[in-house]
Amino acid sequence: MTELPLLTLLIGIPLIAGLVCLFVSANAARWTALIATLIDFAIGAYLWAAFDPSGPQWQFVENLPLGGGISWALGIDGIALVLIMLSVFLMPICIGASWRAITKRVPEYMAAFLLMEALMLGVFAAQDLFLFYVFFEGGLIPMYLIIGIWGGAERIKASYKFFLYTLFGSVLMLIAMIYMALEAGTTSIPALMAYDFPVDAQKWLWLAFFASFAVKMPMWPVHTWLPDAHVQAPTAGSVILAGVLLKMGGYGFIRFSLPMFPEGSAMYVPFVFVLSGIAVVYTSLVALVQRDMKKLIAYSSVAHMAFVTFGLFAFNRQGIEGAMIVMLSHGLVSGALFLVVGVIYDRLHTREIEAYGGLSNNMPGYALLFMLFTMASVGLPGTSGFVGEFLSLVGTYKASSWAAIVATTGIILGAAYMLWLYWRIAFGVARTEGAAAMKDLDMREWWLLGPIAAGVLWMGVYPESFLRPFRADVDRLLERVERAAPAGDMALTKGKPQPQAEHHAPEAGH
Amino acid sequence: MNQFAPILPELIVTVGAIALMMVAAFGGRRSGGFTSWASVAVLIAATLALVGPPTNAGGVFGGLITADLFGSFGKVIIFIASAVSIIAAHGWFERDTEHSAEYSVLILFSALGGAVMVSATSLVTLYVGLELQSLSAYVLASYRRTDERSAEAGLKYFVLGALASGILLYGISLLYGFTGTMNFNGIAAAFAREGTSSLGLLFGIVFVLAGIAFKISAVPFHMWTPDVYEGAPTPVTAFFASAPKVAAVLLGTRICLDALGPATDAWRQIVIFAALASIFLGAVAAFGQTNIKRLLAYSSINNVGFALVGLAAGTPQGASSVLFYMAVYVVMTLGAFLCVLWMRDKDGNPVEDIAALSGLSQTRPAYAAAIAIFMFSLAGIPPLFGFWPKLLVFQAAVNSGLVALAVAAIVGTVVGAYYYLRIVKVMYFDDGGEQLGRVRQPVQGTLIFLSAFAVSPLGYLLIGPLQSITDRAAGSIF
Repeated sequence: MTELPLLTLLIGIPLIAGLVCLFVSANAARWTALIATLIDFAIGAYLWAAFDPSGPQWQFVENLPLGGGISWALGIDGIALVLIMLSVFLMPICIGASWRAITKRVPEYMAAFLLMEALMLGVFAAQDLFLFYVFFEGGLIPMYLIIGIWGGAERIKASYKFFLYTLFGSVLMLIAMIYMALEAGTTSIPALMAYDFPVDAQKWLWLAFFASFAVKMPMWPVHTWLPDAHVQAPTAGSVILAGVLLKMGGYGFIRFSLPMFPEGSAMYVPFVFVLSGIAVVYTSLVALVQRDMKKLIAYSSVAHMAFVTFGLFAFNRQGIEGAMIVMLSHGLVSGALFLVVGVIYDRLHTREIEAYGGLSNNMPGYALLFMLFTMASVGLPGTSGFVGEFLSLVGTYKASSWAAIVATTGIILGAAYMLWLYWRIAFGVARTEGAAAMKDLDMREWWLLGPIAAGVLWMGVYPESFLRPFRADVDRLLERVERAAPAGDMALTKGKPQPQAEHHAPEAGH
Repeated sequence: MNQFAPILPELIVTVGAIALMMVAAFGGRRSGGFTSWASVAVLIAATLALVGPPTNAGGVFGGLITADLFGSFGKVIIFIASAVSIIAAHGWFERDTEHSAEYSVLILFSALGGAVMVSATSLVTLYVGLELQSLSAYVLASYRRTDERSAEAGLKYFVLGALASGILLYGISLLYGFTGTMNFNGIAAAFAREGTSSLGLLFGIVFVLAGIAFKISAVPFHMWTPDVYEGAPTPVTAFFASAPKVAAVLLGTRICLDALGPATDAWRQIVIFAALASIFLGAVAAFGQTNIKRLLAYSSINNVGFALVGLAAGTPQGASSVLFYMAVYVVMTLGAFLCVLWMRDKDGNPVEDIAALSGLSQTRPAYAAAIAIFMFSLAGIPPLFGFWPKLLVFQAAVNSGLVALAVAAIVGTVVGAYYYLRIVKVMYFDDGGEQLGRVRQPVQGTLIFLSAFAVSPLGYLLIGPLQSITDRAAGSIF
């Protein structure tokens, strides 16, 4: 092991930078945070370049036993890699978004964000069951502080709701983890992914993990913490919440639920599909009537996440790859939409849709980018949203045509609420004087939104760059779950040349 | 002479306490500083003396006490916690008319009682240790005799404590009557022989456990805890929450697993009930509290419940998790109380209102961060170290097949998390301005820093060594 422990560095740099932030002035803290996140981004880019998609499943592996059944075991596969990329890509943007918007207690704010980053990266890189849990739960503390200290008027209620909801979801998972470690005799995630748990136990274990990931994801009906948290969190907090934290739920399903409990997952497919179906339709309708921009985007997140669960539990390649792309795309797009809202919120200090209007007149650049992200959210071909939603719908269709029908209505409703939002904000005439007087994007804001826009287009035009790293991992996952995959209702059969084959069939017995 | 070597730590504390009592009696108020530091020195000497025979000599004095690693582990915690309680009180009692010299002497006696408790292997030594520990504690609770609340706390503690002692004694007499021996091994043999069919033995178990439940303030024998914790002077409360609690929990562990080992099924349901009731009552009752000492009292009830989850497992792993839990718990709780001791207004008078902490993170960030670390850790939120002992007790419970207990208990952590969060909320989210005066106490500050450091994520580095010690210690009682 002469190599540099890159993943430890990836986690360690933000941690150390976070500590440094506490002891310096506001401006120095901003720069420290920016530099640290950019270094992390550079490491992430190197990981992406150095990751060998055809190589072993786990790369950049580190293992340092701490004794007592926990070890500092890190390592990534393609799935973790792309989610790590997403996190390190969004972090500098979040810091930039908070550059001027946050004026009070800046050092603590930057420290909380950097701690958050370290814990998130830890979640994706952890290879030890309990280490994963520590990172997974640890993320609650900085986010609780971010919402509670720098949030809006209702921040205290939102912070409690966020914390207790997600904590409650996770503790049941902990009991399941304890059971798994006992049953399999190891806490190593790769080993557990290959371990066959008794089918009876899988049902319970799956439910326990589901409780945690469904809250994180969030799935209907345990999504109610999300709109509150989003609305009250500062812009950058919303970005990281939507962009990365929600992905932990999907990552959990891919990493734990599917490979560790294939039979359990298969058994609950109808349950997941029903919940996802309700989420798509119901939360889209709720989004349609929102008057608060952030709330609207928050509900749209719930609807988009339902595409992820649809795709994952379709048990086929298109579904799982689509779910991954939806996660990445949603990470970029919803993050960007929250930033877009943040841009005008910084100017007018209201999130009411009513207060705006006609922004394409005085903010053309803004309207352009806003339109791009709106289209990506709707799933227009050429943007990242299309690739992900299309793939996951194809996968869903193979598994259940009814589910696919319900899911597709979500696309229509999604187009409705997003386009209506865009129309009310960007077109027509300004409804308030303040809205008419707003200035277009400045340099900093271009720098925040530009890279995301590039990412969205890249993923939409050439998704292969993002699919390639985790294709082999999807192969392995499919290999693992195929023995349990439920039969789809499409019942595809090859057409037979003789049109009257069934008439002859009984005679074959003679 | 050889039979005295295993009890060398107890001898050191006894002689030291008696000598310092004389110093305090004749030296008067002026001797306060000297007795404090001398007591700390005595406790450190006793801790160092644990190396060797006191840890591995086995049963001595005809099986009245035993010198094993389990006892020594408890004694290390008890002596260190007592020493911290003495240091914490430095400068506390001098403000008023009391003279502080006897405080540290009483702590020494109480620590001695605790040391006897954790190594007792006979019902007689158990009772003697418990009473020595408790009687000193009654006096300590009412140490500020001019303060009504303190006097009330002492009286309440004494009356209820005496009742609990009576119940315990009655249980002991039943066990003795039906087994014919006071010795733990003898009792275990009797249970193995006769099973738990005898009603007398069952009643004996129930009464003994009730007496111990009082000492560890497990529900339903917890009623005294909030009042006594609130009324007693804060350094005394810090002491109550640490050393005597460890002693009583370890004593209960030894009785249940050693003397009552063959009757596990009989006591397990009692322990499970006490554990769950403590966890939930400790979590729910703390909701409306405005006094931080009362809140920490409920927190201690809550935490004892988790330790009992490990005990309910009834296995060496369970015992090990209890030891681990108590070790970490003591660090967290002492740290929290040291922080409470620093809550003084501008004139230096102690403040106990939680609202006084509002906005603390802006005026004194390091102090607020320390409190936040202790609160998150007591709540068992990773990545803080308080999470790990909770994981261990759940692990022990699940391994013994008590999955439902583990699930119920872990749901309790979520309920409990609410009030720990409330403290963080008051400090970080509320605006309050500068309400607390500054305290210049470098020694206490260092202690707070060390305990916060130990329960920070860096504490995970301790898992390996600590776990191997607790495993061996737990192994020594099986």
